[in-house]
Formats: sequence, C-alpha cells, structure tokens
Amino acid sequence: MTALTMPARPKHDAGLRPVPWRRMGWVTWRQHRAALAGVAAFLGALAVYLWLTGLQMHHAEAAYCHPAGSLGCAINFTGRYGETAILVSIALQAVPALIGAFIGGPVLARELETGTFRFAWTQGIGRLRWTVGKLVPLAVAVTAVAGAFTVLFAWYNQPWAAAGYVIPFSVRVFDLLGVAFAAWTLAAFAIGALAGMLIRRAVPAIAATLAVYAGLAFATGLWLRQHYTTPLVTHGTNLPGSAWIINHWYTKGGRLVSQSAISQELRGYHHAPRTQVGPNTFQTVLDPVRYLTQHGYTNWTSYQPASQFWPFQWIEGGWLLALSVLLMAATVWLVRRRAA
Amino acid sequence: MSMNVIEASGLGKRYGSTWALRECMLAIPAGHVAALVGPNGAGKTTLLNLAVGLAEPSAGAVTVLGGYPAGSAAALDGIAFVAQDTPLYQNLPAADMLHLTRNLNRRFDQHYAQARLAELGIPLNRKTGKLSGGQQAQLALTLGLARRPRLLVLDEPVAMLDPLARHDFMATVLAAAADDGVSVVLSSHVLAELERVADYLILLSRGRVQVAGEVEDLLASHRMLTGPAAEADKFAERPVVHVRRGQAQAHLLVRATVDDPVPPGWEAHPVGLEELTLAYLREPGAGALPGPARGRDTQPSEVTR
Repeated sequence: MTALTMPARPKHDAGLRPVPWRRMGWVTWRQHRAALAGVAAFLGALAVYLWLTGLQMHHAEAAYCHPAGSLGCAINFTGRYGETAILVSIALQAVPALIGAFIGGPVLARELETGTFRFAWTQGIGRLRWTVGKLVPLAVAVTAVAGAFTVLFAWYNQPWAAAGYVIPFSVRVFDLLGVAFAAWTLAAFAIGALAGMLIRRAVPAIAATLAVYAGLAFATGLWLRQHYTTPLVTHGTNLPGSAWIINHWYTKGGRLVSQSAISQELRGYHHAPRTQVGPNTFQTVLDPVRYLTQHGYTNWTSYQPASQFWPFQWIEGGWLLALSVLLMAATVWLVRRRAA
Repeated sequence: MSMNVIEASGLGKRYGSTWALRECMLAIPAGHVAALVGPNGAGKTTLLNLAVGLAEPSAGAVTVLGGYPAGSAAALDGIAFVAQDTPLYQNLPAADMLHLTRNLNRRFDQHYAQARLAELGIPLNRKTGKLSGGQQAQLALTLGLARRPRLLVLDEPVAMLDPLARHDFMATVLAAAADDGVSVVLSSHVLAELERVADYLILLSRGRVQVAGEVEDLLASHRMLTGPAAEADKFAERPVVHVRRGQAQAHLLVRATVDDPVPPGWEAHPVGLEELTLAYLREPGAGALPGPARGRDTQPSEVTR
C-alpha cells in the first residue's frame, strides 16, 4: 500500500490562535439541523392550527361580542370556541418542555452515550469552545422560535382578552404571553443540556428534563409568581375585573377574623328573609359580602392589577434567563472537568 | 529529536476507590512508534486518556509534546487521538466528517484526506455508520492524520478489525511515522504484530509501568538461557525475569547482554519481542525501566510446563 506524503508541517508556535467561533457554527448546524427542523415543523403545524382557529375566533368575537356580555357572544363566541381555547392554552404549556427536552437533552447525552465525545473533545478547538459553540446558538435558536410563536399566541388570545374572558394573569396564559414563553423554552433547554451531561444518556435525560420542568413550572404558577411584587390591598368590592386576586380575608374592629368565625356568622345570612323578584324567583336581600359588611366586617382583597402584567413578565423572564445562564455555565463547567 | 511526546511523573488516576493507574513514571521520546502493552485492566486506556486530556490525573502530572500540559490548547492542537472502537458520528457521511473535523481544528489537509479516502475506496457520500469496521477505522485515522499532528495516539486501534484491515491500518500508521515523522503511541493487547510495528515498548501491569524502553535496547539487554533443569536455581541471585522449566531443560529469560558470560552447560539465545513481552506479562513483579534505581528485580516465580 502506498501512502501519500503530507506537506511539511508549519512551525509550531506557543501563542496559538484559537479556532474561530463561526467554524463551530457549521458543526452545530450540521449536527442539530434535523432536530431543529423537527422543532420548526412541530411549531409550524401548531401555528397553522392556531392561525385557522384564531381567524374563526376573531370573526366571531368581532361579529357577536359588542357588547361583550351579550347572549349572542355567549352562544357564538365563548360557547363555541371556549373549550378549544382552554384546551389549546393547556396543551401549549408543554411546548417549552418538549422543545427543551428534545433539543437540549441529547446535545451532550448523545455524545456521551455513543462515545463520540472522545472524538469531539480531543480536536484542536478544545472542549470549552466546542461546548459553548453548541449550547449558545441552540439556546438562541429555540428562544427565538419560541418568541416568534408567542406573537401568534398573543393574537390568538386577543379576542378572549377583549371579551373579558381571560385575564392576562391567568395561570394558563401568563406563561404563553410576553417574554415568559421564550424564557421558559430557554430554561427547558438549559435543564435538558445539564440533565444530559449528568445522566449521560439521551432518553433518560429527556424524561428527567420533562419531570424537572413540570415541577418548576407548577411551583412557579401556583406559589412563586404571586410573590414577585407586593400585591395591592383594597377593602370593599370595587376591584377591577382584570385584577389577579391573590388573597381574601375579613377583619372586624381592626382584627383578623378566622374563616370559621365567618362561616358561623354566615349561618345567620342563610336564614335571612328573601324577597320575591319574579313569578318563581326569590332573592336574598343581600349578597353574603354585603351581609357581612353590614354586620361590621370589613372585606379585604390583595391583588395584582393588570398593569403589573409587564413588570411580572420581565421578572419571570429575568429570573428564568439568569437560571438558564447558570445552568448552562454549570454544564460547561461539568464538560471541562468531566473525566473520560 | 530529544523531546518527549508523553512524560508522566507520579501519575495516578483513581476511579472511586480503585487506582486504574498508579505512580506512573514515563518518558516516551519523540520519533518512535511506541506500543503500550498490558493485560486488560492494566491501565492502558487510562494512561492514554490522561495523555490526550480526556481525563484529569488524581495524582502527579502528565505533559505532552515537550512540556505542554495534557489537554492544553497546544496539546490538543498537536495530538490526534483515535479512541477505542473509533467513535465517529454514524449519521454523517464521510464528506461531512471531513468538513466537521476541518472546522474543529486549526489545520486540516483536505487534499490529503480526500486523496487518502479515494485511495482506500471509501465513498465520500456514504454515511459513516454504513462503512465497514475497517473503513471506519481508516476514516478515523485519516481524519487524525489530516490534522497533521505531531503525535498520533491510538487506543486499541486494531482490536476489532480482521487481519487484512488490521494490516492496512497499521501500514497507514507506519507510513505516517516514516514519511512525515509523526510520533505514534498505540495501545494494544495484540502482541503478534508488535515486532513489525513498534520500536518502543511500554509494558503496563496492574496500573504500573513495568517495562519501558526502546525495543532494540530491550532485546539487546535480555537473553534466553537454556540449560539443565536441575541447575536452574543457580540463577536465583541473577536478574532472572522468568523461568520456564521443562522435564530436562529450563529456559530462563535473564537480563544480560551478548557480552555477559554464559555458565558452562548453558546456551544463550537472543529473544524476540513477543517472547520478552510474554515473560514480563507472566511476571508482574519484574521490571525493566530506564535509569538507575527504577528497575526492581524481584524473585521470579516458576512456571512449569
């Protein structure tokens, strides 16, 4: 067998110029383009669906919902499309998790699983640039795609907000709007990358990412989000309809009244006289809140006004971004110290 | 060239509570095809992983290419590593593997790589996973050599290959070493080809370097003595590496040169590399290391046939 003679090697110098970042761009694109195309197809199909149903909803809302509370609106808009809109918004909660798990999870896990990290990490570019050159473009790509998708969802959600059917703080739409959706997608990607590095196998890493993401998203929606800023407190019943009610309590004579004392008091209310307002309709004179008010109780409500929507979006986006950067930094650190 | 391509001092690597490599002292000079030999689990892969920067030492240090820390930018730049089972991206065509490797390195000789694959008959548009084991190994080797490394490190490169593919693979390695002066360090537990391939031998046993030196020197400093079995014990005080006792005759591998006197009734023969390697592998306690005080000759155990 003959072998080709290789040209003379250039003189080896100590001050090596690192391999340029953009070269890593091709590598990342070549290795992950199929996965990115999968995400694009998935979101594209969802977008087409949102577009088609969204158009119908927009037309129905424009035709029947002025005024918003009319019977026509209830039949032709909220009644016809309400369930669909709720199901769509619930299903979309899973999208960031799926993108993050299926793009982020395998990035490192696949290399570790198949042994190709021994090829990749011994090339001249070095592990640090290789890892950063993979994670950062992919993170930017999934975040940008999610951000674009948010614009479509905001349009989809707009007739519901206009009809007063959903408040922007609603648990099922808040993280699909504004910057939150993109931020959650980024966080899911970062969780996936780290899980892949720790677990070293793609499928378990994907499963772990979905589980961790679900835990984080539930905890945020149910407990964490309401503490971003101090809520406003009001007494009486003059709450704006778009407000997000955080808490509700009564005081009497300046002292907090327990729930059981309220229940006790309301027994009297149930025996209050009723008046006939129609042929077969009776109504209590007072509603329970006014009944309690008349008995010396003060009704307190803590809430976030709709004007807090964007501050809350930026707070949520901000801490998710910080978390993602932290997780990706941890991933890079693990790659650097990972022993074969 | 006086530089050492791999130099280790007090090098150790621990996985959990087990030392895969321990107190490793080693200096492999440039310009050799060095064979790293030892039984399974002796620490060959661990040593190579440390040298190419895939693993971090638990103790001691390892430098490459004349003093660069293993895994540093200069070290990565100058070393091409072909790992065990030649891991490549199975879903990429050979052409994309070339382009990928080119993008991951400062230098890449595209012309060499393409010409080499054409010569080997490896189609550029075929996916790596669809190539035969021998072709995958050749592709991995070609990718490494196209980086024009100063040191080529191969971990069990031929273990999975059939004899023909093994021969072709080693021919490529030897051509690179001979024509381009690439230093080569390869691990293997296939002893049969060592004599043809290697001119430097490192024998690892139980995580320690047992023998290290140029093959020529090792062969010149060992003799096989054959004589009456009854007299074999007379050499108990001599630097005997290994005793093989037959019914009438005993064969002693001793550390001696051609000038050393041969006792009456005994015959001295030169030894081959495989013979020498096997003798040391059978005597994990024996050692032959360059420099004073490092060699520790212990009492040989006897292996009766």
